[in-house]
Amino acid sequence: MSPAIFYALVGVGLFCLGLYALIVRAHLLRKILAINVMGSGAFLVLAALAKRTANAAPDPVPHAMVITGIVVAVSATAFALMLMSKVAAETGQAVLPDGRSE
Amino acid sequence: MEALTLLQWIFDTLTGLGLWWLAWRALASPQLFRAVVLFVAFGLLMALAWVRLDAPDIALAEVAIGAGLTGALLLAALARLTAAEKAQNVADQSGKRKYTVRTSRWLPAALLSVVAAGLAYSVLSFPPSSAGLSVEVAANLDISGVSNPVTAVLLNFRGYDTLLEMLVLLLALLGVWSLGGLSPPRAAPAGLVLDTLTRVLTPVLILVAAYLLWVGGHAPGGAFQAGSVLAAAGVLLLLAGWRPHPGMTQLPLRLVVVAGPGLFLVAALFTIVMGRHLLEYPPERARILIVILETAAALSIGTTLAALFLGERPRDKERP
Amino acid sequence: MTPSDYVAAALLILGAVFFLAGTVGLLRFPDVYTRLHALTKSDNVGLGLMVAGLAVQAEPWFVVGKLLLIWPLVLLAGASVAHLIAKGAMQRGVQMWRR
Repeated sequence: MSPAIFYALVGVGLFCLGLYALIVRAHLLRKILAINVMGSGAFLVLAALAKRTANAAPDPVPHAMVITGIVVAVSATAFALMLMSKVAAETGQAVLPDGRSE
Repeated sequence: MEALTLLQWIFDTLTGLGLWWLAWRALASPQLFRAVVLFVAFGLLMALAWVRLDAPDIALAEVAIGAGLTGALLLAALARLTAAEKAQNVADQSGKRKYTVRTSRWLPAALLSVVAAGLAYSVLSFPPSSAGLSVEVAANLDISGVSNPVTAVLLNFRGYDTLLEMLVLLLALLGVWSLGGLSPPRAAPAGLVLDTLTRVLTPVLILVAAYLLWVGGHAPGGAFQAGSVLAAAGVLLLLAGWRPHPGMTQLPLRLVVVAGPGLFLVAALFTIVMGRHLLEYPPERARILIVILETAAALSIGTTLAALFLGERPRDKERP
Repeated sequence: MTPSDYVAAALLILGAVFFLAGTVGLLRFPDVYTRLHALTKSDNVGLGLMVAGLAVQAEPWFVVGKLLLIWPLVLLAGASVAHLIAKGAMQRGVQMWRR
């Protein structure tokens, strides 16, 4: 197993860990953290697969995609934090209200 | 050479396990502040992984944007959340026992184990070495106008992606502003240390951003890294209590924020009008075009990210 | 390995030892103020040693100059942030640890 495949597996683990936390946690800030962890996992897979080139220089196209992805992730995080603040201002806690009461 | 490979394997294993452990602790920690701090540490360890994968451009972007700016945004949101919860007198921040979803946790865990196994199998069944698009990029690097392949891909070959990304960033800012904006981070008047730090660091940060912008043509660096350093300078200024002059927040701020995607759009229309494909620069003008677009992009990114951190919508002239 | 490689390796390992000492202090010291003390002091020295180790190995002079620029900046930022954290902790009423 080359280092590239190893880091790709680490990325897969991070993605699934983030997805689990996204499903299970109810607090909105934790969901946003979970989405960021998922994004980091996906970026790891992309960049790790880019390192599979036979010669020294890795493939630059996935690198550009990952940089684009990081900026898009921060924009989405900023907007999601905004929405979370609005929910907290309305209901007093950063949890989406359920359809039926507990 | 055997010992070096063994050392590299130990390093990789420690980094990978450290990433999993930090992510788990960040997502499972009962206190939110600790979770955010662990997430920032996770971002810094990711930068080590990027360097290990021969991706210094991504490492620079991750540290500045992923760990730094995202951490600042999360901490500012956490401060607003604590203030809102205090205002409404609700205490519970653990998010654990009372608020988890009603189905048991074993079902998502089991399903996700299956998903993880499937993804791992598909990752392991990729061919172990594949050139990808590196051959084509290297073959066309001399007509791209720069010699850093990542910058060439970002600004020239895949300039369309960069255009859309800048529009997404602008959309996030517009979304935050049009929903009424956020209260600015609570700024106690800055003490002497913060004041002096800001005065010393802001010119240095601007210089570093300009250097990163220029060096991105032939070494790791580029517009996004430079823009994020500018955003860091903006965040530092905002935390020290500086606010832009009210006249600057009307048209000039909006012009700077729009300049990046706007210039990209103008370049795109120009290339279509001249009869070439979308964003296909003429090779003799590629270098100067990339320099102009990168400068505008860095300024826009820095200003937009700093405005997202501030959150406050600039007051219009009609409304008091 | 040339002599300069040995010197660089020694400086890097020494820097890592200082970082380890700072982290042990972070984990073992009883309150915020003592932890800040341990972290900033040992991390600054550790970073200085690591920068020195890398500067010994770097060839062109401007790379050495850029490396040597990192240390004072981190020193400035680290000291200021430690002050701000300690000031914030005092304002929140975190008590200093007494024996």
